[in-house]
Amino acid sequence: MQPFIKIEGLSKSFNNNPVISDMNLEIGQREILVLKGPSGIGKSTFLRCLTYLTPFEKGSVRVGDLRLYAAMDSRKEHETIRLVRRRMPFLFQFFNLFGHLTVLDNVTLGPMKVLNENPRHARDNAMELLRRVGLDHKAAAYPGLLSGGQCQRVAIARALAMRPQALLLDEPTSSLDPDTKREMVDVIADLVRETLTMLIVTHEAAFIERIATRIISLGPRCAILSDEKRR
Amino acid sequence: MKKITIIISILLWPAVIFADEAWDTVRAENELRWGADVNGGAPYVFCDPEDPKRIIGFEVDIVNAIARRLNVKARLVIVPWDQLVPALLRGDYDVVFNGLEVTKDRFATIDFTIPYYIFSEQITVRRGEDRFNLLKDLRGYKVGVLSASLAQRIIEQDAHITAVPYPSPVEVYKDLEIGRVDAAFQDFPIASWYVTPSPKLKNVGSPVGEGIYAAGVRKDSPVLEEKLNEAIKDLISSGELESIFRNWNLWTDRQHELKERAALSTRVFAAKAPLGKYIPLLLKGALITIAISFLAMVLAVAAGFVLCMGKLYGGSAARFICNVYIEIMRGTPLLIQLYLLYYGLPNLGIQLNALAAAVLGIGLNYAAYEAEIYRAGILSVPAGQDEAALSLGMTRSQSMRYVIIPQALRTIFPPSTNDFIALFKDTSLVSIITVSELTRVYSQAATTTYRFLELGLMTAFLYFLMSYPLSVLSSRMEKRQYAAIHQN
Repeated sequence: MQPFIKIEGLSKSFNNNPVISDMNLEIGQREILVLKGPSGIGKSTFLRCLTYLTPFEKGSVRVGDLRLYAAMDSRKEHETIRLVRRRMPFLFQFFNLFGHLTVLDNVTLGPMKVLNENPRHARDNAMELLRRVGLDHKAAAYPGLLSGGQCQRVAIARALAMRPQALLLDEPTSSLDPDTKREMVDVIADLVRETLTMLIVTHEAAFIERIATRIISLGPRCAILSDEKRR
Repeated sequence: MKKITIIISILLWPAVIFADEAWDTVRAENELRWGADVNGGAPYVFCDPEDPKRIIGFEVDIVNAIARRLNVKARLVIVPWDQLVPALLRGDYDVVFNGLEVTKDRFATIDFTIPYYIFSEQITVRRGEDRFNLLKDLRGYKVGVLSASLAQRIIEQDAHITAVPYPSPVEVYKDLEIGRVDAAFQDFPIASWYVTPSPKLKNVGSPVGEGIYAAGVRKDSPVLEEKLNEAIKDLISSGELESIFRNWNLWTDRQHELKERAALSTRVFAAKAPLGKYIPLLLKGALITIAISFLAMVLAVAAGFVLCMGKLYGGSAARFICNVYIEIMRGTPLLIQLYLLYYGLPNLGIQLNALAAAVLGIGLNYAAYEAEIYRAGILSVPAGQDEAALSLGMTRSQSMRYVIIPQALRTIFPPSTNDFIALFKDTSLVSIITVSELTRVYSQAATTTYRFLELGLMTAFLYFLMSYPLSVLSSRMEKRQYAAIHQN
C-alpha cells in the first residue's frame, strides 16, 4: 500500500548546525505515530518541516499526491504548500489561539476564509466540534480566560474544523498539568482514533504511548534509534 | 517648570508695568536700542547680500542719523516682524523703526513719532501683462499682499478681489512670477526695490492709497518720543532725510509734505479694536484646519501602511527605499519640507496649489511616523499567531488581514492617535504657504488689533475643541477592545 506521507533524505540546518540529517520515513494512513526523544534534538523542527512552516535544504516530503521539496519557491508554489497545510493542521505547544477572536470565531475562521464555507454551516460545524471537546458553553469566551487544557481543546477543534487527513501535534501535553495531560490524551483518542493519521512529537511519551500504533525513538539530529509497531 | 515660569512672570510683571521713562535708559546706557526684522526686509533693514554680516537699509541710515543727533549709539535688536510691537511693549528695545504704518489699531497700544516717510501701494504684474492698471481691473483675480499690511486691508475692502496673504514680501513676487497670483500689491519701497531690477515683473498704474511710516514708542515714553521727533524734524529740514531716500532711490515728490505733517500731531482717536468681527474669521480658519488635517491623516495612514509593508515584507530594494524615505522625512523639519514643496518645486516645473502642498507635505511627513508605529504594532503580535493562521492554510495576506492587523491595532491605536493630535496642531505650519488656516487667521487678527491675549486664548480653545474629541474617541476604542478581550 502507498504510504500517506513519504519523507526522503530530509535535511535541515540552522546557521550551518545540522538539526536533521538525511531523514527517511514512511507513514501509513491512520497511523498514530509517536516520535519521542529528549528536548533539543530537532523533533519540533522536523514536524514543522513537514508542512513547510520551516523550509528545509535537502530532500522531499510527499503527502498523498502533493510534494514539497528542498528550496522550493514558496511564492510560486504557495498553492501546494497551503493544500498540504490544510490536510495536516499543526497543533502548537502553546496553542497559538487567536487572541482577538472568541472561541467560536477561532474555530470558524479557517473554514470560512480558507474552505469558503458559508458562515451558518461553519458555525454549526464549529458548535458540534466544541460540544465534542466539551467546550460549547465557552463559545463566546475569549482565549485569554481559558485554562491550558481548555485552550488545547479549542486548538484541536480549530484543526478538526479544517476536515484534515492528518494532525501534527507538537508536545501536546507538555504545557499542561498531570491530570489534564491524561484527560487530553483521552480527548485526542476519542476524537481521532481510526479516522485520522497523527504525528505526535513529545519528550514525555508516557502519557501518550497508550494510544500509539507506532513509536519511534529519535536521537541527535533526528536519527531514528528504534521503530516499533504496536497492536 | 510651570511654577518657575509663573514665579519669573510675577517678578518681571512690575518691571514691565512701571517701566522708567525710556529716555532715561537710553541716556544711562548711552545706547538707543531699536527693533526691526531683517528677514525679507529690503530695502528697509536687511543683510547686505555682498557681506551678510552687515545690516543695511534706508531705516538703518535714518536711525544712525538720529542717534548721532541724540549723541548715543544705535543698537539693532532683530525680532520677527509680527512680533515688533509685542517686543517693544515687553521692553526688548525702546523704539521700532521698520516700515511701521500708523494705524488706529496700533494707536490703541503704542504711540508714534512724526512720520519719516509717506508711501502708497503699488500694483505689480508680469511683464507682457496689460489687463491691469487700476485696482478695479483686479476684480476676479488673485492678488498677493503682505500679511496684515495696509495693502491687504485695501484689497479686502473690494469683495471682488481675492487677497492672498504672504508672510514676507519676497514670496509674493516669486509666486507672481510663476503665476500662482495674478498681481502683487505692496508698499512702494518694496515694489521699487524688488521689481525695478526684475526681468519678469513690472510696476504698473499710479500709486494707490496713502500711508505713513513712523517710529513706534511705548506710551510711557513721552520724553523719548519728543527727542526722536526733534531729531526727525532736523533730518527733514536739513535735507539729510531727502539724501538718504535719494540714495535708496525712494524719493518721491510726496515726501515734501513731510514738513507740514511734522507740525501736526500723529495722534488719532484710539479705540480698542472690536473682537466680534474676528470670530467668524477664526471659525472659517478652523474649518480649513479640519479639512487639511483630515485629508493629511488619510494620506498618512495609506502611505504609512504601504511604507510599513515595504519595510517588513518587501525585497531588499523596497526595504532600502522605505528606510531612506522614513529616515529623511523624520530627520528633516516639516517646515523645510513645506517650503521645498511649495516654493522649491516650481524651480523644477512642478507647481502645486497651496492646499495640495499643505496636505501632501503634512501627509507624507506623518506617513513616515505612522509607518514606524504600524511596524512596531505588527511586530508586537507574536510570531505564533501568523504561524497558526498559515498552518490552517491561509495565505500571507489573509493572515495579515484576519489575524495580525486586528491584534496589531491594539498596540497601534494609542501612539497613532497621539500622532494625529500632533499632526492636527502641525497644520499651523502651513500658514507659511499662504493657507488661511486657524493660526494664520489668528496671527493676522492679532497683529492688526494687538489683542494677542484674547485672540490667542480663543484660538487655543478652538484647537482644543477640535483635538479633544480625538482623544476621547481613542480612549473609548481602547476601552472597548480591552473589554471585549477580558470580559467573562
